[in-house]
Amino acid sequence: MAYEPVIGLEIHAQLLTKSKIFCSCSTLFGAEPNTHTCAICLGMPGVLPVLNRTVVEYTIKMALATNCAINESCNFARKNYFYPDLPKGYQISQYAQPLSEHGYVDIEQNEGKKRIGITRIHMEEDAGKMIHDEHLPSSYIDLNRTGVPLIEIVSEPDMRSSEEASAYLKRLHEILVYLEICDGNMEEGSFRCDANVSIRPRGENAFGTRTELKNMNSFRNVQRALDYEIKRQQYILESGQAVIQETRLWDDSQGVTLSMRGKEEAHDYRYFPDPDLVPIVIDESWVAEVRKNLPELPLAKRERFMRDYQLPSYDAGVLTSSRVLADYFEDVANLSGKPKAASNWVMGDILRFLNEEKRDIKDCPILPQSLAEMIQLIENGTISGKMAKDIIEEMYRTGKPPTTIIEEKGMVQITDEAALAKTIAEILAANTAQVEQYRGGKEKVFGYFVGQVMKATKGKANPQLINDLLKKMLTAS
Amino acid sequence: MKITKEEVEYVAHLARLDFREEEKVKFTSQLNDILMYMDKLNEADTAGIEPMSHAIALQNAFREDTVKDSLSHELSLSNAPEARGPFFRVPKVIE
Amino acid sequence: MELHQLTIHELQKLIRSKEVNSSDIVKSVFKRIDAVEGSVHAYITLMKEHAFEEAAKADRCIREGNIRALTGIPVALKDIVCTKGFLTTCGSRILHNFIPPYDATVVEKLKEAGAVFTGKTNMDEFAMGSSTETSYFGITKNPWALDRIPGGSSGGSAAAVAADLCIASIGSDTGGSIRQPAALCGVVGMKPTYGRVSRYGLIAFASSLDQIGPFTKDVEDCAIMMNVIAGHDPRESTSVPLDVPDYTAFLSRGIDGFKVGIPKEYFIEGIDPEITEAMRGAMKAIEGLGATCVEISLPHTEYCLAVYYIIAPAEASSNLARYDGVKYGFRADDCKDLLDMYKKTRSAGFGAEVKRRIMIGTYALSSGYYDAYYKKASQVRALIKRDFEEAWKHCDVILTPTTPTPAFKIGEKIDDPLQMYLSDIFTISTNLAGIPGISVPCGFTRQGLPIGAQFLAGHFEEGKLIQIAAAFEKQANLKQRRPNL
Repeated sequence: MAYEPVIGLEIHAQLLTKSKIFCSCSTLFGAEPNTHTCAICLGMPGVLPVLNRTVVEYTIKMALATNCAINESCNFARKNYFYPDLPKGYQISQYAQPLSEHGYVDIEQNEGKKRIGITRIHMEEDAGKMIHDEHLPSSYIDLNRTGVPLIEIVSEPDMRSSEEASAYLKRLHEILVYLEICDGNMEEGSFRCDANVSIRPRGENAFGTRTELKNMNSFRNVQRALDYEIKRQQYILESGQAVIQETRLWDDSQGVTLSMRGKEEAHDYRYFPDPDLVPIVIDESWVAEVRKNLPELPLAKRERFMRDYQLPSYDAGVLTSSRVLADYFEDVANLSGKPKAASNWVMGDILRFLNEEKRDIKDCPILPQSLAEMIQLIENGTISGKMAKDIIEEMYRTGKPPTTIIEEKGMVQITDEAALAKTIAEILAANTAQVEQYRGGKEKVFGYFVGQVMKATKGKANPQLINDLLKKMLTAS
Repeated sequence: MKITKEEVEYVAHLARLDFREEEKVKFTSQLNDILMYMDKLNEADTAGIEPMSHAIALQNAFREDTVKDSLSHELSLSNAPEARGPFFRVPKVIE
Repeated sequence: MELHQLTIHELQKLIRSKEVNSSDIVKSVFKRIDAVEGSVHAYITLMKEHAFEEAAKADRCIREGNIRALTGIPVALKDIVCTKGFLTTCGSRILHNFIPPYDATVVEKLKEAGAVFTGKTNMDEFAMGSSTETSYFGITKNPWALDRIPGGSSGGSAAAVAADLCIASIGSDTGGSIRQPAALCGVVGMKPTYGRVSRYGLIAFASSLDQIGPFTKDVEDCAIMMNVIAGHDPRESTSVPLDVPDYTAFLSRGIDGFKVGIPKEYFIEGIDPEITEAMRGAMKAIEGLGATCVEISLPHTEYCLAVYYIIAPAEASSNLARYDGVKYGFRADDCKDLLDMYKKTRSAGFGAEVKRRIMIGTYALSSGYYDAYYKKASQVRALIKRDFEEAWKHCDVILTPTTPTPAFKIGEKIDDPLQMYLSDIFTISTNLAGIPGISVPCGFTRQGLPIGAQFLAGHFEEGKLIQIAAAFEKQANLKQRRPNL
């Protein structure tokens, strides 16, 4: 029987605020344990939370970027459970009234665009970290991360393959990073993903029993875990058994998902509205203000690049994969007036240089102005494309503008027609046999002359000019 | 009976409390009395009434996103029943 | 008269005229503490050394002419407000060794006003109780009759003021925990409007009901204390950003023309006849001052107790989840694993009443019961608030007895939770509606036990309460009578 997977994702993204969601402790990653902690985030008796306004703003941004409706009024609820990384014994989250609901993003698949629904986006606080001792029956607790703001983005069960799930995940990651509200670092846990997956016979409308997958800390692992889990469920159904609703952990080293059975509590979180926090009312003017400051989103940018710069879809995709790269390209394209050339240089040499050194575009030593200048120098014939290849390497190595390098190396292309004609005349005179051959119809010899001219001018001669002059002089005499 | 001994045990576990057998029996009976009294509420007509979670209706109490000094980890840990180095320490979760 | 017997305003006069200084007052108070604290047991922790240091500082201020609202005045704090560097137990074993790294806002404000702290007063564990019998640190006795309870949960703060073990004190009121012990100990106690006094640093019992307020020897002192502690606090989201009036300005305004509502639902069976009698006297006294008493109705009164005993335990079950033996306080020994540590710590760290309320609250919020209990109670709460809004159309303030009975015997109700809960029957609706209330002495039983009258007003109308309580206090003229210790 053919089965169809049904996948929904729950994404947790840490927001890039300076301070925590309910207190003024720093959110910076990697501090000494329990130093970014205060009475409030330690859950000391008597403390009270006050909401960081920027958290609301960032969440509105994400809601707008994913076409969500923003609720006029929302509130926080307490999710009650005991765990040592949760100092208050409850997590402040949103439950019955989240900030936003009913959104979507479009992903591109081979068959075309597909729309993935977003159920809700809500704000909550992160928990701390537990470190387990391998030798002693003890665990250690670091509460630095406690209270770092998170948004949880819950999708509809709209994905039908691990590839779709992966594309959706990447799309959301890209949007969060574009909005500059999350650094997207999966290894440090600032972008985390859980998945709900079930399978059903193709054509069936009812959902199968789902499992929840956790502990997948890279894009690759999400796809691997989903592929494994889909196969596992298929095997179970095909052997006449039933899938058990449970949470399963992805084990990266073994490449399998493992049941958490027994370790899991029957969940009864006893949600109720947090009496220490007041409702958040988001009026139209606030939404309008956030919308006004919203950057152009990747998909819109991609379409604009294709339209305005006449770039192929692939190039537009690469160039808009990050906001900084897109800005870099646009600067070069606009300053040089040659978008196609700009795209070729950025996607070719620049990205190759950066990849070789695993450097980010924002650290690129070649300024957009310099690259644009170089493109213009090619266009106006000052340098040849071949020379440019050498120059750009030098620009990347030294950070110098192209004109400086050209000057220093004396690399200016010879465009002086008289001087070049003189050189050509000398070469023709020294190669009479080949001249005769050419004139006798053996046109292949032409390349030989070009080579000789290049050699004589150390590659500085304008190739077009060589061609024109050679043709003229070979036929003339 | 509003609440059985088994329910009392379930609720106690949720609240991370443990009771001796005779305490459970006493609690079950006391909770039953209290919950019976609560049944009074069913007489009140609350159709269409919004639940009230705050005594005074306020909205949008915010702080600005600025970092202030945290506690030193000595002070953070100074009340801890058990600490090791810069960490709080707890018995392991037995799986 | 000894200095410890005086009020804030009386002492201020003596300080201003340089007749006494803070050290004299503090010395007098601690002499009194040495003499009678052994039989009253109002305090969990005394801050004697600290008090004398602060008194010396206050004396310097007095010499320099820098005299603020409470400069040099000995004030006691309920052991539920956090004091930086000083033990704060909330009356519980689970916090028996907790030393906060920060001061509650109310503590900061009192310090700023120049108050000198005498110590932390006894209370029902986590403020859950009406008799101060559930404290892990022993029971407090009523200074008027040592075999009786002082009321609760702020029994220590009430007894301390009644027995002159401080000049004024701070309490907290979730369902009557200031007004009920004030009535039973014959002092003035006010629960301000929810959001008027910052809760930051007040160890939470039921966050949507908790409010800090003062215990004082008279209404003028109440106004002085309110001037110091009221005000918006950006550290609390539910703190109300409104200006605070000068409450002392209401003291001598009189109540000519006031309409005083008498809710018919409050005069029910089960009220001690001596209390009913005292209330009649109070009504007469008020009318003698030019006010009119009008009957009003608060139709949802009968549901108050049930609503309260769902909402307060529900919030408490969550507020008290942080006491898990990980970050501070008590942790049980010999724990097999984490779950065992949680259960042993919480079972041994909390007393019976706290555990009972955690159980009720956990149950009321648990899956399948939320709608029937918590949600239903929150809806009825809205109806109770509405009752008061309706009432304000017919009267300026409401008068009720503070308690249905005078102070009962120690041990009398401790094993009957429902009977104990009934002692808050007149004070609970105030917290549910978020309105302010004050209890002022209005008489004594034949046995010599104090009786309190409670005045209630609309949100942020503490001024009106001061106004009527001051007028009534003057008329009742009960200040001369003191407990015989």
